[in-house]
Amino acid sequence: MNAQHQPTGSAYFIAAETARPESHTLSVLVDNEPGVLARVIGLFSGRGYNIESLTVSETEHEAHLSRITIVTTATPNVLEQIKSQLERIVPVHRVVDLTVRSAELGHEKPLERELALIKVSGAGDDRVEALRLADAFRAQVIDANTEHFIFEITGRVSKIEQFISIMRPLGLVEICRTGIAAMNRGSQGM
Amino acid sequence: MAGKQMEMTGAEIVLQALKDNGVEHIFGYPGGAVLPIYDELHQQDAIEHILVRHEQGAGHMAEGYARSTGKPGVVLVTSGPGATNVVTALQDALMDSIPLVCITGQVPTSLIGSDAFQECDTVGITRPCTKHNWLVKDVNELSRVIHEAFRIATTGRPGPVVVDIPKDVQFATGTYMPPSPVIEQKSYQPKLSGDLEKIRAAIDLMASAKCPVIYSGGGVINSGREASQLLRELVELTGFPITSTLMGLGAYPASGKNWLGMLGMHGTYEANMAMHDCDVMICIGARFDDRITGRLNAFSPNSKRIHIDIDPSSINKNVHTDIGILGDVGHVLEDMVRLWRASKKTDRSQLADWWTQIAKWKARNSLAYPENKDVIMPQYAIQRLYELTKDRDTFITTEVGQHQMWAAQFYGFEEPNRWMTSGGLGTMGYGFPAAIGVQVAHRDSLVIDIAGDASIQMCIQEMSCAVQYELPVKIFILNNQYMGMVRQWQQLLHGNRLSHSYTESMPDFVVLAEAYGGVGIRCDKPGDLDEAITRMIDTPRPVIFDCRVAALANCFPMIPSGKAHNEMLLPDEATDEAVANAIDAKGKALV
Repeated sequence: MNAQHQPTGSAYFIAAETARPESHTLSVLVDNEPGVLARVIGLFSGRGYNIESLTVSETEHEAHLSRITIVTTATPNVLEQIKSQLERIVPVHRVVDLTVRSAELGHEKPLERELALIKVSGAGDDRVEALRLADAFRAQVIDANTEHFIFEITGRVSKIEQFISIMRPLGLVEICRTGIAAMNRGSQGM
Repeated sequence: MAGKQMEMTGAEIVLQALKDNGVEHIFGYPGGAVLPIYDELHQQDAIEHILVRHEQGAGHMAEGYARSTGKPGVVLVTSGPGATNVVTALQDALMDSIPLVCITGQVPTSLIGSDAFQECDTVGITRPCTKHNWLVKDVNELSRVIHEAFRIATTGRPGPVVVDIPKDVQFATGTYMPPSPVIEQKSYQPKLSGDLEKIRAAIDLMASAKCPVIYSGGGVINSGREASQLLRELVELTGFPITSTLMGLGAYPASGKNWLGMLGMHGTYEANMAMHDCDVMICIGARFDDRITGRLNAFSPNSKRIHIDIDPSSINKNVHTDIGILGDVGHVLEDMVRLWRASKKTDRSQLADWWTQIAKWKARNSLAYPENKDVIMPQYAIQRLYELTKDRDTFITTEVGQHQMWAAQFYGFEEPNRWMTSGGLGTMGYGFPAAIGVQVAHRDSLVIDIAGDASIQMCIQEMSCAVQYELPVKIFILNNQYMGMVRQWQQLLHGNRLSHSYTESMPDFVVLAEAYGGVGIRCDKPGDLDEAITRMIDTPRPVIFDCRVAALANCFPMIPSGKAHNEMLLPDEATDEAVANAIDAKGKALV
């Protein structure tokens, strides 16, 4: 290969990366103050890390704490960097790599759930089929008229993606997904 | 006198909070959105305000002030362009871990988001170039935020912070709370003491070393004077050789017998070879920057590495560490010295072969340069400057480029906090305002900015500031009419095509100095140099010294980009051909 056509960049990329990227779920406990989400997202974009899913909401109103759940894919070294870099952000209280923690606890992976709202429009057999499949996936109908359904479905990412793919030929109109909420099994907190 | 809890306006709160945090000097520039604070400044004399000529200058002055005193530097600027002009200095301080507190005015809260005159999203713009920042919308939060700002800027890994205060908050009345001895903040708790088990393991590894090297950095300086003292004790106890990064010069004295000189891209042969061939590396408060490591997959291939750093993200970032000790350098060194004293007897004979090898590398004389009787060699100029100023109370700052590297190579630093240079960001224009900041803190000391003819023109307007406050800063320009380091890289990488690295029109620096009300001195003969430098030192006013040096001298030794520590380009081997072929196609893409 012509050396000039190799990827360029800073000195950090000279050593060929041999480690494999892994998908990890991080839980980040932060002060619920203005700009805190921008700090976290800015860190990821500024340092070139991936975000595959991001969920954020206030979890402890009295203590003004929010919990951010991030799914990211990186090599083990970079994952360690991401964790350290997140811990440097002043309003960040704790960062837990749930994927690592669940392995330490002897579980395969952390519990992860996502909620999706899915609008399907159609008539005739397609409509019947959509309803039948929704029932099989335990999706709830939360809105409907004679031309459409809106389903609410909760579950693992794979289940939601499968549900979406089978709804596609049946008149899929719109999808809204929350991103992943995650927690480890067992009695201990994060 | 510490303030009490009482009602006052936002602008009064700012001044009271600054006083209660021990601030004596601030660097700033007024504008619409900070007028209430300037009005308060006018009615007191506890804090001296230094009026700059450009906000970038204010930032670098505060950096120089902070680095020479160990106290935080304070900046006060207006909204919009005031804030954006200070961004370079903030990023510079972030990369070099310098504590700055920058207060910016903001348009009134009712106008935020309306594209008001001189409005910008200051917290948005400065978020990635500060350690933390705040927009204070409630006057009752103001004193707490400012106290917190000082705590965050100065503790842990120090850095710049921004407090953005809308104009209506400066006018509003609220409650001032004095700094609380109890830290209310829960999330930010930097760890100072290192894990004793790890320190013990590090001591054991060090005791077993046959070819050890200590590689120290700016973290030692930031940790305080005791840390430098402890580093010297550790070197004395262990008998290990020591090298340092650009940022760490002065922590161990350049005259010390274990000193190898600076390491890295323009470091000495002995320092870089020792890094490459060592079996145990002890990295103390440095961060394995790309200027230090050279090609990563050839970096010190046979060593076990110990890394002491207060920032967990620095450990294992670029280079794998065997023992990472998280903590303040001073605290960890104290434990190390104590444990070493208690348990280890240094067997100097174990290191004899290593020192013999180092002596061979030293004999290579990697800083040699050709003597010249007719033209001043830039290295010679720094050597003479050093000889004529070393016995004085001297502080040195630099701009960025060849002159900076020559200053690092040829000026010997004996003490910490005496050397101020832009390491991480490499900011041309840093040195002169930084020197002004140093001089503000040390009125009777000799403060010299070693500059290049290109860099100095980036913040030259601060001559006006130096003259106004009677700050007798000396600017020592190594004038070769080129952006020397740019030209050197063009020779290395681009077939000697010198695209825009020659300054065809140069100001007459002597006349320029006089125009500002300072003193200009020119020297272009080696024989006249000592007399001219002495005249500069003896002039109790700001001086611009135009030192005309050999135009085409280059800075060696050098690790060309993409090369390893043991592939240095040495001065006696750096022929035109060797320079042209030093970097291969892959290395050319690197910075």
